Amino acid sequence: MEIMVTGAAGTLAKHVIDQLRDAGHSVVACYFRDALELDNRERVTSYRVDITKRGFEDVFRNHKIQAVLHLGRITTTQDRKANRRYASNVDGTRKLLELSRKYGVKQMVILSTYFVYGASAYNPALLDEEAPLKASVLDKNLIDMVELENLAHIHMFQYPELHITILRPANIVGPHTQNGLSLQLSREATPYLLGFNPMMQFVQVEDMADAVIASFKGNKPGIYNVAAEDWAGYQDALRMAGCNMIPVPSIPPGLTNLIADLSPKLGLNAFPRYLVPYMKYPVVIDGSKFADTFGWQPKYNIEQALAYYRDKKQFKRAS
Amino acid sequence: MGLQSKLTELLVPPELKAHFDKVEKPVGDAGYDPWGFKLENAKAAMAAFRWIHDQYFRVESKGIENVPAKGRALVIANHAGQLPMDGLMIGMALAMREKSPRFARAMIERFFPTVPVIGNWLNSVGAVIGDPVNCEKMLERDEVVIVFPEGVRGSGKMYKDAYQLKRFGNGFVRLAMQYDAPIIPVGVVGSEETMPAVANLKPLAKLLGVPYIPVSPPFPLPAKFHLNFGEPIYFPNDDASEDEMTERVEQVKAEIAKLIDKGLKERESIF
Repeated sequence: MEIMVTGAAGTLAKHVIDQLRDAGHSVVACYFRDALELDNRERVTSYRVDITKRGFEDVFRNHKIQAVLHLGRITTTQDRKANRRYASNVDGTRKLLELSRKYGVKQMVILSTYFVYGASAYNPALLDEEAPLKASVLDKNLIDMVELENLAHIHMFQYPELHITILRPANIVGPHTQNGLSLQLSREATPYLLGFNPMMQFVQVEDMADAVIASFKGNKPGIYNVAAEDWAGYQDALRMAGCNMIPVPSIPPGLTNLIADLSPKLGLNAFPRYLVPYMKYPVVIDGSKFADTFGWQPKYNIEQALAYYRDKKQFKRAS
Repeated sequence: MGLQSKLTELLVPPELKAHFDKVEKPVGDAGYDPWGFKLENAKAAMAAFRWIHDQYFRVESKGIENVPAKGRALVIANHAGQLPMDGLMIGMALAMREKSPRFARAMIERFFPTVPVIGNWLNSVGAVIGDPVNCEKMLERDEVVIVFPEGVRGSGKMYKDAYQLKRFGNGFVRLAMQYDAPIIPVGVVGSEETMPAVANLKPLAKLLGVPYIPVSPPFPLPAKFHLNFGEPIYFPNDDASEDEMTERVEQVKAEIAKLIDKGLKERESIF
């Protein structure tokens, strides 16, 4: 089977592609990061391509793609401009959905994030997939994530023949992960908000690759949270990751936001403003539906997943 | 993490430690549950509050074996005394009971998570914000949940209304039905006398964003507590209308009123 993987330069996609190859599939790997050139290995054809551009359609013309694993997303850490992210993430996904229909793709797995639920003081724990998506109300920086999902929802409803599976994982961590939270964990000194230790969940990147493969193989369309039955406070997580913890005043909230905005200029380690609510209030998701449906069991618990950051720091200090 | 362990060791004497080891509590590998409950913190808090339970309020519990040794349950009680001493004492009584002690969960006001330090600490010892989803998920995970269906109507009432039950919300009966959970009614006596209030400073409370500010003694008085736990009540998980639901709520309310009367008769003096 020929399978397209977007975001192919990312570490998650690399693990996914390896597993697809091992299973005997041919992979069409699409990526858009400038600095990287992917090698064409056996049964992997790589394209450096902007999925929002017309030329992207040629990839569909050249291959007989039967499934798309849409893991590519411009993250807030890669581009701070919300409108550019919107153009790439939302318009790109729309294009991808249209082409998938046009070229008879049977199945799609779309990577979303637990961030879509939004961090609010009134969140109950163990949010189900039916819980409202409040992220865009809380911070306009997260609009693209919610809109990307909305688009997919519309397609799920209007074109049920295209099987769409949306995954909303907890914080993906581990070697080479580049999301907002994993960058905080990889720092020597990391800010936290005084008096707040919200519960968090983590998925090691290899476990997440297993989750993507399981949902592809299982082919049961729907929306799924991906998280293990293991929880830790943000401050505990920073300790497990071996970070030196920098306290940041949490009240009044305006002050915290000001520090977040000024942090790069103050020479402090930057923490983007959109992360502030997540450093304050819990967004605990219920991953049982995914685990039950696809028989997914993570190999790493939180301590093991975060040990990577601690070991890396110790190694750096020693050398 | 190290500090907390030391604190727990310091606060929890060996016999209490052995007692707490009997408690089964599902937590993840990192020692937390989804609501931020942490066994170590809960143990330390219970050890610290034991004096208040044993010596200060001299809590006398009857029928506590009605709370099942295992599995989900809703503990429903009357609410009084401005501060949630009643919830704390019910929780303590369940944690301290000789046979199959349990760490119950209590639903708390929604503004707590916004309060630095306090919010997280309350979560770590078992408190959870009063959202129906939380209650559902806790019952699903076989927790004992303490609910005061009167809410602030009960806790904030004036002393002239002592031991008169205010309106009960219906939510707890719906949840009990949906999750096949037994309801254990509790009549609390003593709570009203801890902080008898003669007035509520409404404008000030509104200004500060809290439910009420009572004119009362500034700290809880050492009234003697009597907790009477009633027989478990089961309702079938049928398609009951809202009216039938209200009838069932009234049934629980009447049971609690009886248990309160029993406690009032038993009590020899207020303090």
